[in-house]
Amino acid sequence: MNAQHAWQVAAFVILPYVALTVFVVGHVWRYRFDRFGWTSRSSQLYERRLLLIGAPLFHYGTLLAILGHATGLLVPKSWTTALGVPESAYSAFSKVAGTTAAVLVVIGLAVLTVRRARSDRVRAATSRIDWLAIGLLWAMIGLGVGVTVGYNVLGPGYDYRETVSLWMRGIFTLSPSVSDISAAPWIFQVHATMAWLFLALFPFTRFVHFWSAPVWYLTRPFVLYRRRRGEVVLSPGESRGWRTFGRSSAGPRL
Amino acid sequence: MSIRAQLMMVMALDKCLGCHTCSITCKQAWTNRDGAEYMWFNNVETKPGTGYPRRWEDQERWRGGWMLDGKGRLALRAGGRVKKLTTIFGNPDMPLIDDYYEPWTYDYANLIDAPAGPGTPVVTPRSRLTGKPMDLTWGPNWEDDLAGTLAPDDPALSGVEDEVLLRYEQVFMFYVPRICNHCVNPSCVASCPSGAMYKREEDGIVLVDQDKCRGWRFCVSGCPYKKVYFNHLSGKAEKCIFCYPVTENGRPTVCSETCVGRIRAVGVVLYDLDTVAAAAQTTRASDLVEAQRELLLDPHDACVAAAAERDGVPHEWIAAARRSPVLALAKELRVALPLHPEYRTLPMVWYVPPLSPVLDTLTAAGYDTEDPDEVFPTVGDLRVPLRYVANMLAAGDPAPVQESLRRLLAMRIVKRRRQLGEGSPAAVASEGGMGLDDVERLYRLLALSPYDERYVIPKARREHAGAGQAHHGDDTLGGRGRG
Ligand code: HEM
Ligand code: SF4
Ligand code: SF4
Repeated sequence: MNAQHAWQVAAFVILPYVALTVFVVGHVWRYRFDRFGWTSRSSQLYERRLLLIGAPLFHYGTLLAILGHATGLLVPKSWTTALGVPESAYSAFSKVAGTTAAVLVVIGLAVLTVRRARSDRVRAATSRIDWLAIGLLWAMIGLGVGVTVGYNVLGPGYDYRETVSLWMRGIFTLSPSVSDISAAPWIFQVHATMAWLFLALFPFTRFVHFWSAPVWYLTRPFVLYRRRRGEVVLSPGESRGWRTFGRSSAGPRL
Repeated sequence: MSIRAQLMMVMALDKCLGCHTCSITCKQAWTNRDGAEYMWFNNVETKPGTGYPRRWEDQERWRGGWMLDGKGRLALRAGGRVKKLTTIFGNPDMPLIDDYYEPWTYDYANLIDAPAGPGTPVVTPRSRLTGKPMDLTWGPNWEDDLAGTLAPDDPALSGVEDEVLLRYEQVFMFYVPRICNHCVNPSCVASCPSGAMYKREEDGIVLVDQDKCRGWRFCVSGCPYKKVYFNHLSGKAEKCIFCYPVTENGRPTVCSETCVGRIRAVGVVLYDLDTVAAAAQTTRASDLVEAQRELLLDPHDACVAAAAERDGVPHEWIAAARRSPVLALAKELRVALPLHPEYRTLPMVWYVPPLSPVLDTLTAAGYDTEDPDEVFPTVGDLRVPLRYVANMLAAGDPAPVQESLRRLLAMRIVKRRRQLGEGSPAAVASEGGMGLDDVERLYRLLALSPYDERYVIPKARREHAGAGQAHHGDDTLGGRGRG
């Protein structure tokens, strides 16, 4: 076992746990104190043409990428082998799916970023945390695409399930193995670090809309009724919280 | 039977002055906030005209409301549940702010800060979206009173536009104030993927739960009347709330209270939840008005009253339904009609069609509008105004409009004859299909409109509610109708 540098412990053990804690506590806090701010913050009212191109590309790509990460990182290799999926088939599939996701996400995010920067109306409604989120998305996605393209498409391929995934699952079983992740190429290490930062930021941005994906709409009745109930609710402002997080509260300065 | 109570409004279009007082008082009460600048829970449109937002009636474009599918069942025009979820990232039917107008303010500070100079300092318009100077090329009521156009961009003119253009004496104009219709079959609620929108069981008011709205913005496109607005700063939907803090206390909405022309009546109607789906699925367009009238139950019927009591409608509400001015206008006297019944949302704001275009056209053609022998036979011949109003209030069927106009005409002539002591009023009343007592009732409601007869609003029952403002919990109940 190699000697562990302090920075490695910080980046591969401390950061993940801090990020996960912030992620969980942040969501609980946000849901309790800023439910009014819990929204996708649609900007379609300002601009329609580019959004209708960029947003679907970005989202379909992102959802595909999330699915890919979930299987690649959380499902042990032994499981897929046990299911009779040969390694060659798995890597061919992940190559195609990964590349598709990468193309969709990059084009989509590029369109959305240009739109946000170029349209006066959208820009005026963009808060600082929006820009931070977009910057981090680019950093994380840029490195992720670098991994996909650099190793899987152009390069010899890299079986991260032997290193990165072991470390990743170790985090959830409280036995993170620094040596595993340290053995992976640097680009994987930086990509993973960006991802932890992204998770720590997640609860404080519009990304929370992800948890509200309205799948139950598929089965619920169309028209909903509510009946009066004897209960007192807190008015906005009665609870202290960062109500205006993630949205530009004041609007454009006039 | 499953009886529900509903607050309903009727507006008598002949009496609307187009003064916009209702819009302004409503705005000052509810939408005088950042992100809500462009929202008009109440707006007043000149008709013919493009409306607000522009061409809102063009459902080929906006795809709001319901339609019948191949099997004659009710379906959202914009597509079903799967379609919604797959197009959630970009809603193809959502209007742009420019379809309303870009809200603006003025740089008032310049009046004080401008350096000394030969001229008077002026204020210039600034966009409320970007803060930048802007040119004003479109705004709320830009084409008020047909300003600048004899050929309005109006979807409801389809089929009659040539005649309107060609024949000057057939040019007519009236005002249509619009609020959310608090529909009995609201497509906004059905379109909301979050389940944040709901209809209140006690009074039928349709609301958006601000804590549950996630900004998916399908309610905006799903409402065919374009009466849900998107707050562009909060990222949440907002709409007319029928002034529930006021109506819960037994008083009329702000737009009604301040209406200069006293055109509005507000009251209670009862309907049966179990018949909603059938009414909304009426096959033939020409049956829609009657089906929607039929939905409103007769509160004097002992069976209806007993069922209402059983289903938890408070006693005062049933009593109010018996004195309901809106039930009288919509069903008993058959003069009010639903706005665009073909959207199948079963709207609960109805309109008494305007007689003035008809009278204007008759006068222009040289008829004596006080002479029943001249007037009644010609009403049906007035193709342009009739057809136009029918497109708006009767799914294109002129018959219900004609019936309503004949009644209004009969009332006018009867009252005049009574005044002058000439002729036989009863014969005229029957031309309109009414008895003399009906005429008196219509006259009281439309002409005299005493305050406590045009607004009959029972207070909300509070014994179960907690302190402070009544709150609707989110124990969302599944709806009947389409499930
Ligand atoms: C299935 C779950 C999701 C749904 C239903 C969803 C839906 C939406 C919607 C409706 C918008 C507003 C688009 C508009 O402006 O009108 C939006 C914006 C956005 N979403 Fe999602 N989203 C989901 C998941 C995600 C995820 C996982 C991410 C990123 C990790 C994400 C990132 C974003 C970003 C960055 C924007 C802003 C785009 C822009 O206007 O520049 N979303 N989403
Ligand atoms: S008019 Fe009101 S209740 Fe009816 S669909 Fe539109 S927003 Fe919903
Ligand atoms: S206040 Fe009354 S009369 Fe004036 S525009 Fe509104 S509805 Fe018409």
